[in-house]
Amino acid sequence: MREIRAEDVTATVARLCVEANCNLGDDVLRALIKAREAEPSPTARVALDQIIENARIAREEQVPICQDTGLAVVFVELGQEVHVAGGDLGQAITEGVRRGYIDGYLRKSAVTQPFSARVNTQDNTPPIVYYDIVPGDRIKITVAPKGAGSENMSFLKCLTPADGRQGIVDFVVESVDRAGANPCPPIIVGVGIGGTIDKTTQIAKRSLLRPVGQPHPDPEVAALEQEILRRVNDLGIGPAGLGGRTTALAVHVETFAAHIAMMPVAVNIQCHVARHKEATL
Amino acid sequence: MSSFSSPAEREGNMRVSTPLTDDVVAQLHAGDAVEIAGTIYVARDAAHKRLVAALEAGQPLPFDVRGQIVYYMGPSPAKPGRPIGSAGPTTSYRMDPYTPALLAAGLKGMIGKGNRSAAVRDAIIRHKAVYFAAIGGAAALIAKSVQAADVVAYPELGAEAVLRLEVVDFPAIVINDMYGGDAYEAGKAAYRRVAAG
Repeated sequence: MREIRAEDVTATVARLCVEANCNLGDDVLRALIKAREAEPSPTARVALDQIIENARIAREEQVPICQDTGLAVVFVELGQEVHVAGGDLGQAITEGVRRGYIDGYLRKSAVTQPFSARVNTQDNTPPIVYYDIVPGDRIKITVAPKGAGSENMSFLKCLTPADGRQGIVDFVVESVDRAGANPCPPIIVGVGIGGTIDKTTQIAKRSLLRPVGQPHPDPEVAALEQEILRRVNDLGIGPAGLGGRTTALAVHVETFAAHIAMMPVAVNIQCHVARHKEATL
Repeated sequence: MSSFSSPAEREGNMRVSTPLTDDVVAQLHAGDAVEIAGTIYVARDAAHKRLVAALEAGQPLPFDVRGQIVYYMGPSPAKPGRPIGSAGPTTSYRMDPYTPALLAAGLKGMIGKGNRSAAVRDAIIRHKAVYFAAIGGAAALIAKSVQAADVVAYPELGAEAVLRLEVVDFPAIVINDMYGGDAYEAGKAAYRRVAAG
């Protein structure tokens, strides 16, 4: 067994919360610059210029790219030969989120009693944590702050096997059309196909961790991604919803085996502030 | 005190000063890029619920909304020595249930992002008001146009408190004007390649 101290987990999570919120990934920035070059709409180019300039300011001044610094979604890949010493792993992660959001001047957006009093927890906890037990003696931690603007524009539908591939394409395109200007386009469209409804939603969210525009390794899935992307960009919604040819920077599809009677599809939309940072202990 | 300059000024962007008058609102058209200067008020979900509850109870509002612009926003905390943290718009439709009542009370402008309901678009026409969008996610850039920020109501709401901001060169685009124009619809139509029906 390899020992990893809980306090090191806390410090790592705190650092990742701040880094993710202030530093847009180079993959996203490259995709935005490429979209700026290809965009025929002058208004859309102005919007993309502001978005690109905003990322530069945030990185230079180490301030949040977006004021909505999200709920902290944390993906943990825990090596089965790791022993976490000196504390509880879940509490260590929560403490890291608390420190990151307080010390890093990040917004506290979490409220309890969501249907009634909506009381702010004042430290952005609790985080949303997914654990995978994997071989090895390391812990990989990914922090992906998720803002509400795009999360609110996400949809799930239980299609039937008869709906087929075309049914999926149509549902995803309709979902993006319905979202319109709301989710801060240009977006990244995360799509989950198969599994149970919780599984399909989770793989849709995980697809957003992929470098922007990196095709799925399975050519059949990659072709589906490309077809949906073309259809989405034909919607004309454009950057900031002001009209243009860049409604989405990429479509990422992940699949999982489905029940013989099922074909659930989840559409998890990610705004252009596509944030995630990872570290391995 | 409102002023209005020609579209030729400042790289073609119109300059709009607050408070807004009918004359200024009448000159704004969907798609216009503007730069806003003066005092604006910040209110979002929880504050809207309280503002409209006060209106319905016949109680005074914490600020006089007549002629004012409300910015749908909840900033990140200010770093030391700065007036405000990152300060981009939040999605406007969540305020739709409350907006017609505020427009009826004299509110003239709103800044947010995203599409509004039919009821809000109608109220904008009826009350000669205007809905602007700022670029969602451009929060560090937009914060540069904020010179001062003070809490004026509901401090217990934290990031949802009502703020008064002093802004200069605040970049925005007219989305819904008092003539029924809609920049989102027009922009989408111009670049859409989808067969009708």
